[in-house]
Amino acid sequence: MSGSNVLSVEELGVDRIGRILDLADHMAEVNRRPNPKVPALRGKTVCNVFFEDSTRTRLSFETAARRLSADVMTFAVGQSSLNKGESLRDTVETIAAMGVDAFVVRHGSSGAPWQITSWTNAAVINAGDGWHAHPTQALLDAYTIRTALHRSGGLDGLRVAIVGDLKHSRVARSTAGILSLLGASVTLVAPRTLLPPFVDLPVVDSIDEVVGEVDVLYLLRMQRERMNEALVPSLREYTMRFGLTPARAARLAQQVLVMHPGPMNRGVEITVDPSELPGAVITQQVANGIAVRMAVLFDVLGSGVDALAAARSEL
Amino acid sequence: MADKRVLGPDDVRRATTRMAHEIVERNRGLDGVVLVGIQRGGVWLAESLAAEIARIERTVPVGSVDASLYRDDIGLRPVSPGAVSELQFGIDGASVVLVDDVLYTGRTVRAALDALSDYGRPGAVQLAVLVDRGHRELPIRPDYVGKNLPTSATEEVTVSADGVIIT
Repeated sequence: MSGSNVLSVEELGVDRIGRILDLADHMAEVNRRPNPKVPALRGKTVCNVFFEDSTRTRLSFETAARRLSADVMTFAVGQSSLNKGESLRDTVETIAAMGVDAFVVRHGSSGAPWQITSWTNAAVINAGDGWHAHPTQALLDAYTIRTALHRSGGLDGLRVAIVGDLKHSRVARSTAGILSLLGASVTLVAPRTLLPPFVDLPVVDSIDEVVGEVDVLYLLRMQRERMNEALVPSLREYTMRFGLTPARAARLAQQVLVMHPGPMNRGVEITVDPSELPGAVITQQVANGIAVRMAVLFDVLGSGVDALAAARSEL
Repeated sequence: MADKRVLGPDDVRRATTRMAHEIVERNRGLDGVVLVGIQRGGVWLAESLAAEIARIERTVPVGSVDASLYRDDIGLRPVSPGAVSELQFGIDGASVVLVDDVLYTGRTVRAALDALSDYGRPGAVQLAVLVDRGHRELPIRPDYVGKNLPTSATEEVTVSADGVIIT
């Protein structure tokens, strides 16, 4: 059944990524209609299981599932039996027994979605696990670049810089992974303290080194709790070396895309108003997120892998 | 089994011309007539029909619709959507001529009708196909046919402007 899961960019591979991005074009067309809904996944049930709070990602998946006419269940961990001592496995098996075709899982521990696949025949979609992976964010980032720059043939030669806390960021890991897979040259920009232990991409330690040199500038959210861990001396110092300031924005060519996974820390990683940057595609990322998640759900549940029969046979 | 060419490029051109005449004749004046090709096979045919109609009478809007998200076999077999739907005009009250290359079970047409209804409420929908190969599974019949072609369910019919081939 692993073919029908979406767990990481690496497991998807280039062909399936290309197929999902092509499907996203169809979904974006649906989303432009006055009545943005199609019957594609009627009768399928998608369960959002968010062990970590993420209103945006959950809403994006919920909207995506509804626009494909799937039924949506939301498992609110805060109110669940997990608080009464039920194990993760029992929880998953209980929900699966209700007839779920796909689980959308956000979990604080790296690898949790993989573990869940061994307990259910339903498809599992990773909506972010620990510091590890966030494949649908990566897909929506790739899709945003592809549509903004009309590059449906791949991203060969595209120069991308990803700036910020690369150590704790599953977004950075997955997005750098997908853009590299699609042919882009990715440079990481971060203080040494915020780099993961193993890096196979070029690293620079000031945003000034990349500002005039890139086609895409991808800013990560600087989490304030990193201050307490003394990984950066101060937010102001971070902004000085890594923030997109008005002076740096002036050096960006018009067509350079500026991206951010949200929520933005205005005044930290970005001190200009993105609406004044001609190349900012931050709101498009959010809109594209729905189209891409529709494509993922359709790819997982509508592609002829008989996930439904397998899920039913569990009962 | 050897490939069998049943129509050549000239036959396809002549059939298209005749169908264009029939469309013009049946929709006198062509008021409110629009052509919508079903992705993918119907799109080139809708465009050639539109070119013929423009030559005979006047230009009519041409669009396309992808029916893959409306199919009744989603999840039962691999789905490969064609190009994205493109309908740059409203279809409320229009006489839509839905165009496909091959009419077979009728299930694609059923899906395309559902897709169309998400863009508006046409005054009428007519169906034009280059090849009707029989084996209908739904109560759907074409209004304009290039060629009736009895086939067996095991055969495959490939259609392009260069002709019709049975394999």
